[in-house]
Amino acid sequence: MDIQLKRGLLEICVLTVLEREDSYGYQIIKDVSPTIEISESTLYPILKRLETGGFVSVYTVEHNSRLRKYYRITDAGRKKIRDFLEEWKEVMSVYEFITEEMRKSGHE
Amino acid sequence: MNKSEFLSMLKSRLAALPPAEIDRSVNFYAEMIDDRIEEGMNETEAVAAVGDIDKIVSGIFAERPLSEVIGGMQPNRSRQTWQIVLIVLGFPLWFPLLAAFFAVVASVYISVWAVIISLYAAVAALALGGLAGCVASVFGFAQSIGTGVALFGASLVCIGIGIIAFFIVNQLSVMLIRLTELFGRKIKSMIMKRREKI
Repeated sequence: MDIQLKRGLLEICVLTVLEREDSYGYQIIKDVSPTIEISESTLYPILKRLETGGFVSVYTVEHNSRLRKYYRITDAGRKKIRDFLEEWKEVMSVYEFITEEMRKSGHE
Repeated sequence: MNKSEFLSMLKSRLAALPPAEIDRSVNFYAEMIDDRIEEGMNETEAVAAVGDIDKIVSGIFAERPLSEVIGGMQPNRSRQTWQIVLIVLGFPLWFPLLAAFFAVVASVYISVWAVIISLYAAVAALALGGLAGCVASVFGFAQSIGTGVALFGASLVCIGIGIIAFFIVNQLSVMLIRLTELFGRKIKSMIMKRREKI
């Protein structure tokens, strides 16, 4: 998959996971990885970008006498998911058009 | 590799970054390792599962400004005397090459922006010329109807072309800026690759 595309998709996947409940790094990886391949080295820049862009907020929680960083989705983050869905409606209809046309030309 | 070895290695590889950024990355990876250990992995497995340190470092640098990436090229280990002698003696060779490399990078950026600026200048010239022509056509009408109409018509054509060109130039600029972004990324990854070889 194209790197830019994958990066964009991963951002939305992370936000979607956070939409359910606040979460931390390792849990996010476990939640996202069945759908799309993600590693620490890809998650780290994504979380940072989301934080800088104001799409998630961060707080720390003490866990087993160490600190754990939790991420919470913001309103801007929710809007980002909605925009994504809106945009991909168009992408999907293009996809359907293409598959339909290919099917038709295949039958001729 | 155990956790503290891994983290101190990460720290030294990121030495060129601001301290806050180093802490942030190190804390993130420390948390990842701790979470894996908590889940039942042993320390070595957890460190291995976090991934290849080269990949981690290049991922972090890819997000940073170019100046820091270049700063990161300076190796932290002290150099041998013969290496220093070699670097000094080689100066006439490597300095012009390095300077040329940066000059090429800079010239690409400058030429892209020059194109964008000149395109907008052309649009502005069309629009302003058209407007000025409209005003001037008053005097044309004073001379004869024919001159006036011709001048006024030509001015409107200018404005029309200007408006259309404006949108085309906008699209073009977006494309050019995307291209420079891509170019910047390429340069960064080139530098990162070189850095790993050093």
